[in-house]
Amino acid sequence: MSKKILEIDNIRREFHMGTETVRALKGVSFTVNAGEFVTIMGSSGSGKTTLLNLLGCLDRPTAGDYLLDGTNVGKLTRNELAKVRNLKIGFVFQAYNLLPRTSALENVELPLFYNKNITTHQRREKAIRALEAVRLSDRLDHTPSQLSGGQQQRVAIARALVNEPVMILADEATGNLDTRTSYEIMALMQELNQQGKTIVFVTHEPDIAAFSNRTIMLRDGKVQRDAINENVRSAKDALASLPAADDY
Amino acid sequence: MSIFNLIRLALLALQRNKLRAFLTMLGIIIGVAAVIAMVAIGQGSKESIQTQLGNMGSNMVTILPSSNVAGGARMDASTIQTLTLPDVIALQKQATLLTAVSPVSSIKGQAIFGPFNWPTTLQGGNTDYFDIRKLSVADGIAYSESDVASAAKVCLLGKTVVDNLFPSGESPIGKVIRFNTIPLQVIGTLVPKGVSSFGQDQDDIIVAPYTTIQKRMLATIYLQNIIASAVSEEQSDAAVDQVTSILRETHRLRQGDDNNFTVRTMAELIKTLSSTTSLLTILLTAIAGISLIIGGIGIMNIMYVSVTERTREIGLRMSIGARGIDILLQFLVEAIIISITGGVIGVILGVSASTIITLTLGWPTLVSRSSIILSFMVCALTGVFFGYYPALKASRLDPIEALRYE
Repeated sequence: MSKKILEIDNIRREFHMGTETVRALKGVSFTVNAGEFVTIMGSSGSGKTTLLNLLGCLDRPTAGDYLLDGTNVGKLTRNELAKVRNLKIGFVFQAYNLLPRTSALENVELPLFYNKNITTHQRREKAIRALEAVRLSDRLDHTPSQLSGGQQQRVAIARALVNEPVMILADEATGNLDTRTSYEIMALMQELNQQGKTIVFVTHEPDIAAFSNRTIMLRDGKVQRDAINENVRSAKDALASLPAADDY
Repeated sequence: MSIFNLIRLALLALQRNKLRAFLTMLGIIIGVAAVIAMVAIGQGSKESIQTQLGNMGSNMVTILPSSNVAGGARMDASTIQTLTLPDVIALQKQATLLTAVSPVSSIKGQAIFGPFNWPTTLQGGNTDYFDIRKLSVADGIAYSESDVASAAKVCLLGKTVVDNLFPSGESPIGKVIRFNTIPLQVIGTLVPKGVSSFGQDQDDIIVAPYTTIQKRMLATIYLQNIIASAVSEEQSDAAVDQVTSILRETHRLRQGDDNNFTVRTMAELIKTLSSTTSLLTILLTAIAGISLIIGGIGIMNIMYVSVTERTREIGLRMSIGARGIDILLQFLVEAIIISITGGVIGVILGVSASTIITLTLGWPTLVSRSSIILSFMVCALTGVFFGYYPALKASRLDPIEALRYE
């Protein structure tokens, strides 16, 4: 369990706004091993989003090295980055980003459409399995508008799982959900983590961070604190401790 | 992404906005339907003129005597007599591009029967004459080879002549009329051909063996002209060359001498008339083509809106591994599907519109396969051309910005 999934070495990212240069990341270094559940925290303007974009291979660093599963991502072209995203990363967004008026199954199938090596039959099978993993196998034909927020996010998680990525990258995945549903999602995340999935979860809620094994605090473009969480809270227990009728 | 998946994806996307997809298509539908209907009208009128001329013998070749130069002065064509029977025989024997040749003699005069008389033209030929001039016998019989050989005093009457000499409606067959002073027995009547495109009454005619006219009335060895049928309308130009060279030989013309005859074809005339209708077709098509372009601009407009509206979707697709080319193809295929579906509906509509025009207004229309194929291809091209820029714009979006787009 000590295989390095993420290796970030003194990464910098600068933006040029006219004549001014904005330094969003000023040398960030850390390593994430396979099977870890890491939360990245930080206040607004800490460089959280910039880091997320880099981790998600949507952006390239100005300087420094980023190795994802042994590949130096900083040197890849746009199309090669797209391939890395397709094969190695599963995204979960705050706003779910499901295709409207498209069934849950088809939403989950979407990443596999961009993988040439997968047949129609495999695609369907994998999507059904991913939806089973998030316990939505009875909602295959439902469109997003027929699903609750929590269910939509679970479809999105299934979509992130379907290509069997080396890392799930969640961006404020509980930001749009109420406490109970958030805990449900976190319980699912913990379950996936226990099955061996590496999860990087970006959030600004300390509450949510308590469910992870490790928390990286960003501040002003630098790592402020990188600590192992000694007593991980179980999301299932937290869910059980909530008042029964919490649906105000 | 395979083409099958691309099409499936595009259909799904279009399904989400059925009404909008249809309204976008409408521009193309109207454009294509207009092109097909307009071309059908143009082609139809062209075709009808050609059939009309074809009835007069579209492959007919006419050989006229023409001016001999006498003492430097060219003389009036009617006074010149250069065509004789040996010319006809030479043509019959040597001209491979002619199917039938007939000498022609004609004379104007007064046809008389009982108290009635009528000024008309007596035309004479051999037995091929009917075939070349596309005349057919309504009642009675045509004259025979032996009638021609013996210069028999027989004739066939055109409808106008029948109407004027036999106003009571009795059958003229077997009656003896007089043309000027010569009595002729009526052995048949001709099927009416109506007024020609040039306003000439084609039924105001009496037909008799040319020998009868040549020997009994004109008393000459010369022919007014020779008519012949070329093997086909397309071959008539080649036939003219062949006739010219044969006649130059029989007339013993040396190199450098002017021809003492003129060869004309119906094809030339058809060409002139057709060019008018061709121009009409081009104009109509141009107008319809403009509406197709407007339809294309409609597609472009909607595709731009669609790209903006689906920015987040594009961002998402990119984040889960879509390359720029995948996004480009997705939008391009959508545009092409809109235009091709519009094209299919347009073709159906255009063809039915042409049929309705023919049925209700009685205009001749002709839906040609080429116009369908052409407008269909223009449609697909319109989709590619007008869909390309919006699709390119979509493919060049930055996934980070697209994902955060509100």
